Amino acid sequence: MTLELFIQYLFAGITYGSIYAIVAIGFNIIYNTTGIINFAQGEFVMLGGMISISLLPVLGLPLAIVAAVVITMIFGALLEICFIRWLVNPGVLRMIIITIGLSILTREAALHIWGESIHSLPYFVGNEITSVTIAGARISPQVLWVVGACGCMVIILSIFFQTTSVGRDMRACAANRTAATLCGINTRNMVTLSFMLSAGIGALAGCVVSPITSTAYDNGTGLAIKGFTVAILGGLGNSMAAVGAGLLLGIIEAFSVHIIPLAFQDAIAISLLLLILFIRPHGLFGSRSAGLKEF
Amino acid sequence: MALLELRGLHKRFGGLHAVNDVSFGVERGLIKAVIGPNGAGKTTLFNLITGTVPASGGQVLFAESDISRKKPHQIASLGLARTFQNIKLFSDMSVLENVMVGLHVRSRTGFIGSMLRMPAGRREERRLRVQALQLLDRLGLSDFADCEATSLAFGQQRAVELARAMALQPSLLLLDEPAAGLNIYETAEVGRLISSIREQGVTVLLVEHDMSLVMDISDEVVVLSFGKKIAEDVPQSIQQNDEVIRVYLGE
Amino acid sequence: MRRLLPICLLIGAVVAVQLVTEVSDTRYYLTQLTMAAYYCLLIIGLSVLMGYAGQISLGHAGFFAIGGYLSAALTTHNLIEYNQAGLVQALQQLGLLVSTQDIYGSSLLVVAPWAAALAAVCAAALIAWLLGIPVLKLKGHYLAMATLGFGIIVYRVALASSYFGEADGISEVPPFQLPFGLAVSGDFSARVENYYIAWGVLIIGLILLRNLIDSRVGRALRAIHAAPEAAEAMGVDTARFKLKVFVISAVYAAVAGVFLTHYNGGIGPSEAGVMKSVRYVAIVAVGGMANLNGALLMGVVLSFMSLRGVFGTYDDAVFGLILIVIMLFAPKGVLSLNPLARVRATIGRRRLSREGG
Ligand SMILES: Nc1ncnc2c1ncn2[C@@H]1O[C@H](COP(=O)(O)OP(=O)(O)OP(=O)(O)O)[C@@H](O)[C@H]1O
Ligand SMILES: [Mg+2]
Repeated sequence: MTLELFIQYLFAGITYGSIYAIVAIGFNIIYNTTGIINFAQGEFVMLGGMISISLLPVLGLPLAIVAAVVITMIFGALLEICFIRWLVNPGVLRMIIITIGLSILTREAALHIWGESIHSLPYFVGNEITSVTIAGARISPQVLWVVGACGCMVIILSIFFQTTSVGRDMRACAANRTAATLCGINTRNMVTLSFMLSAGIGALAGCVVSPITSTAYDNGTGLAIKGFTVAILGGLGNSMAAVGAGLLLGIIEAFSVHIIPLAFQDAIAISLLLLILFIRPHGLFGSRSAGLKEF
Repeated sequence: MALLELRGLHKRFGGLHAVNDVSFGVERGLIKAVIGPNGAGKTTLFNLITGTVPASGGQVLFAESDISRKKPHQIASLGLARTFQNIKLFSDMSVLENVMVGLHVRSRTGFIGSMLRMPAGRREERRLRVQALQLLDRLGLSDFADCEATSLAFGQQRAVELARAMALQPSLLLLDEPAAGLNIYETAEVGRLISSIREQGVTVLLVEHDMSLVMDISDEVVVLSFGKKIAEDVPQSIQQNDEVIRVYLGE
Repeated sequence: MRRLLPICLLIGAVVAVQLVTEVSDTRYYLTQLTMAAYYCLLIIGLSVLMGYAGQISLGHAGFFAIGGYLSAALTTHNLIEYNQAGLVQALQQLGLLVSTQDIYGSSLLVVAPWAAALAAVCAAALIAWLLGIPVLKLKGHYLAMATLGFGIIVYRVALASSYFGEADGISEVPPFQLPFGLAVSGDFSARVENYYIAWGVLIIGLILLRNLIDSRVGRALRAIHAAPEAAEAMGVDTARFKLKVFVISAVYAAVAGVFLTHYNGGIGPSEAGVMKSVRYVAIVAVGGMANLNGALLMGVVLSFMSLRGVFGTYDDAVFGLILIVIMLFAPKGVLSLNPLARVRATIGRRRLSREGG
């Protein structure tokens, strides 16, 4: 393999990997505050892409993206308020089924609104053939947009969680919900907020990646599976590890094109998921006792 | 050698040493009590013995074999039964069915046999039913055989749990606070019951806060405090033990 | 006797329905009722897994597809060019292959349907077992995701391999000859016969599961569901029991896949889709998880409606909606929504609280 090809694969891997990482962080944010895995996580990414594409002719690219993110965040909040907030002590099985139902309804609604065909945003800079050269390899600038946007989101999120009081409240809620409630934190609002945050980052990821991967109504499931794989790989609830795990999965997938037919690419992530669940269910980086507490 | 032998058993929860280097033995045919203030690690000790919680260190020997690494169901099938401090009956199942689950390791019909309702399986099912009814009869519970187990009064639920554990035909029975929440008559009844269980050749290890019950029925007493064993003796000497008195009365 | 009564009622209903279609000249309904019966076979298997073993599987369409696809592929792929290969000859000696002629008169050498069916079901069981070992150690979300992932793999494999016909699937699957001159086929003249075969298979499957639930094993399963720690302390090997239920429910799905594929004369990748798996979960949920009769009833009704196209383009959306509504308002299934009992319970509670206060 030439260096050039190597770098090309590497960047392809990093692009997809960043998206997986964002989906995984979305899983983690909700998991940490509620103990729920939100199966509709992938749908946020799809919605972000679709809404921005629809708004593009009206608002122009930057505003369309902002609007898509905001609308998806409101959608995420509504999901939580309408379907989750008022349940008293729902079991894990029940929560799984509800979020699956939500993801199906979202997808079916998307199918009826946007149809079966794939859509995509235009490249933010230039077009398909514009490229920048890095170490001799030609890389689309959109790749840099994706990596940059995802990187910024991770940084902003960690600043948010570390320094703002709302972020700290959310972390308190994650560490011990009962105690947080006793300290006067409104845990219910924290849960709504966590849904909004997950939806928002998912939607933004969906926008920046849309020019490269296109958006179709049924993108969500595949993304959810991979995001979940990454979340598990990093140890459920551990968002920093998810970034590493996401990049790892993306890169493995990109390089595996050499060995495994494209059609079976999804199988890699899933096999990896099963493998991890088998040998280290607490994640590659997690400690044995911390990972599985909710189960 | 003793039926049950604990060697340097240790359990950490994070920084907390819930059970700290505890060693003692339980001789065959005895009733041994484990006492100690709340949070002393008594239930954790039971969980370590039955394999519900993995030990951080140390060994558990049961009938000469090391069971420290075994799973709870394997340990149960070796003849070690237990009850729970916070009663864990099978809801949505009758009292009779609860006790029949206790006979699980004393029966063998598998998936295929069950699905096809083989004659051997049906014979076994009848046997289990008879045995379970006999047990309920002995504990005065036969009137409730068909009631839903979790609908019974508290004391009766404890009795059903005991019946379920006895159904396993254990050689060692662990009882976690069998008299908790019972009135004095029921407590006395439980005391007689435990003694009669010992008469049948079952060794008993129990955790109990009711001191008069402990002093009445047990042959030996172990005292735990903050996870450590601070005394082990016959009941009369335990009552005289300065350290124990200090732990119980505060300094 | 009490055990037999529901079964007798069911048989009576099956016969009655057939007679009604005969009299009212609506025999075409039998086609969908036959297909619904096969889907129900899968659904009652899943119901035992979800309701009694407390495990969720979002990959049951995968097992259905393994059964259907393997059976279809083995009975349609011509082995004539491998005629000389040792393996093929050995199979032939064992009577596992049949030679026939296709419609153009060229000779076909394919695996006999019964052997193909056996192989397909065994494959599904084996895969379930291998998948179950790691997966059933997990609970809740992990299991859901892992089985979902498994379903997607099956779907992708079916869609991407030419052996399984890629997007077109496999067609022209031959009839499945059963004893007594019966055959599972979509042949017009055999419609009534196939209706009874399907419901016969379903009823046998139902009886077997009923037996299982009413036995020592079923008791242990319910115990695991109610209080896992106590069940373990009574010597129940929870992991092994869950694994076995998982395998059994996979076998039910595979058998359903085999029969339905022969009945339809083919299978396509949509049968392996994730939405199918979700739909089965939805039906089990509506029926009330630990309720075989409910699962059966809802399975027939909803499959039949869906197959008749009642839901139109909203087919998948309907099942998504059902999932949410049931889980929000009646997590024990619609049959638990006995209005009279509700009223009574509310009144009782009022009285209690008044006496208490
Ligand atoms: N799973 C666990 N995780 C963390 N800490 C635990 C766990 N189980 C028990 N502990 C802690 O270990 C200590 C011992 O608990 P344990 O239940 O064994 O006490 P006990 O002697 O049975 O008390 P009691 O008389 O109240 O039943 C307590 O401080 C308890 O909080
Ligand atoms: Mg205790």
